[in-house]
Amino acid sequence: MSNNLQTFTRGFIKENPILVLLLGCCPTLATTTSAINGMSMGLATTFVLIMSNLVISLLKGFIPDKVRIPCFIVVIASFVTIVQLVMQAYVPDIYETLGLFIPLIVVNCIVLGRAEAFASKNPVWPSILDGTGMGLGFTFALTILGCIRELLGSGTMFGLRILPETANILLFILPPGAFICLGFLIAIVNQFRKESH
Amino acid sequence: MKYLIIILSTILVNNVIFSQFLGICPFLGTSKKTSTAVGMSAAVIFVMTLATLVTWLVNQYILIPLGLDKFMQTIAFILIIAALVQMVEIILKKISPSLYTALGVFLPLITTNCAVLGVALTVVTKPFNYGGVPHLLSLGESMVYAVGIALGFGLALVLFAGIREHVELMEAPKGMKGTPIALIVAGILAMAFMGFTGVV
Repeated sequence: MSNNLQTFTRGFIKENPILVLLLGCCPTLATTTSAINGMSMGLATTFVLIMSNLVISLLKGFIPDKVRIPCFIVVIASFVTIVQLVMQAYVPDIYETLGLFIPLIVVNCIVLGRAEAFASKNPVWPSILDGTGMGLGFTFALTILGCIRELLGSGTMFGLRILPETANILLFILPPGAFICLGFLIAIVNQFRKESH
Repeated sequence: MKYLIIILSTILVNNVIFSQFLGICPFLGTSKKTSTAVGMSAAVIFVMTLATLVTWLVNQYILIPLGLDKFMQTIAFILIIAALVQMVEIILKKISPSLYTALGVFLPLITTNCAVLGVALTVVTKPFNYGGVPHLLSLGESMVYAVGIALGFGLALVLFAGIREHVELMEAPKGMKGTPIALIVAGILAMAFMGFTGVV
């Protein structure tokens, strides 16, 4: 049981996909203009990650080793298409803002990375836990980055006004702000990790 | 004239890395040395143009007539790109071993470069208004668009690698070393590229 717990929590801190492993940077930078956008992107990726881990873990006995990567990609692409169609139907506004980055979950290194490194070698239950942990770690990092950028750039958080409009620094919701914020966030995490070692 | 506008807008104004955030992983991964950056850029220019050509044709003449374009695009395109990269690798190995040794290591990395899939999907789904009326890009325009995006990627990557070689030699605070300082450099470069907003 403690092993399962470890599988689950690993994605949060020790192997956080963005802050530590630096996987999946494109959606991280592009969709975190506000906390809600970052969180939606994170949750969409989490769903794909859990489902693809589940299916790949179930199919691991059937997929020949030589063609495993194309097989994984087909499984992932199918779930991405499901997410795409569901979001288009029920949350069209968010789908419109995230735009291209929903279909691009297919090439997000985290999803294929977990399929290859974990789901294809482990039973179903740990694979689901691994997908959930990694996905929530990704969502967590995206939400934090979204909160910071939204607070500095438009003075709000999840749409609630916190700072007066005169305090807005527009740069932070523009592309350069994304690079700079993520740079500082990773620097802070690095600092803490080095101290704890 | 129209083609010139597409080229300028994709290289400078809507630079793939600094304003569209596509292909950040290879951008951070292969920018430690200028020579690697040049190799990666060449491979991307090659594959992106080819991939856009093939996916555009498949979409127009296979997916749309069969009514599959709404839900099969992502799956079909990623498989085409993956197969294409493999094929290019095999063909290059046979025909031009020297080019293969130059681009070889970068080719497999390109399958997971989201800029390639991103461009292929953009040109068939998003209407542009180059030349007045918004319309989906024709084959010729799509090719120019893909070449422009790839050149923009190359420009950004080589510029960034040049700066990064110098930054590595600098004294940085402990936590800032490596990726964080590189990201901040990229942020400053992105600010410079924002100066082109509104040019085209």
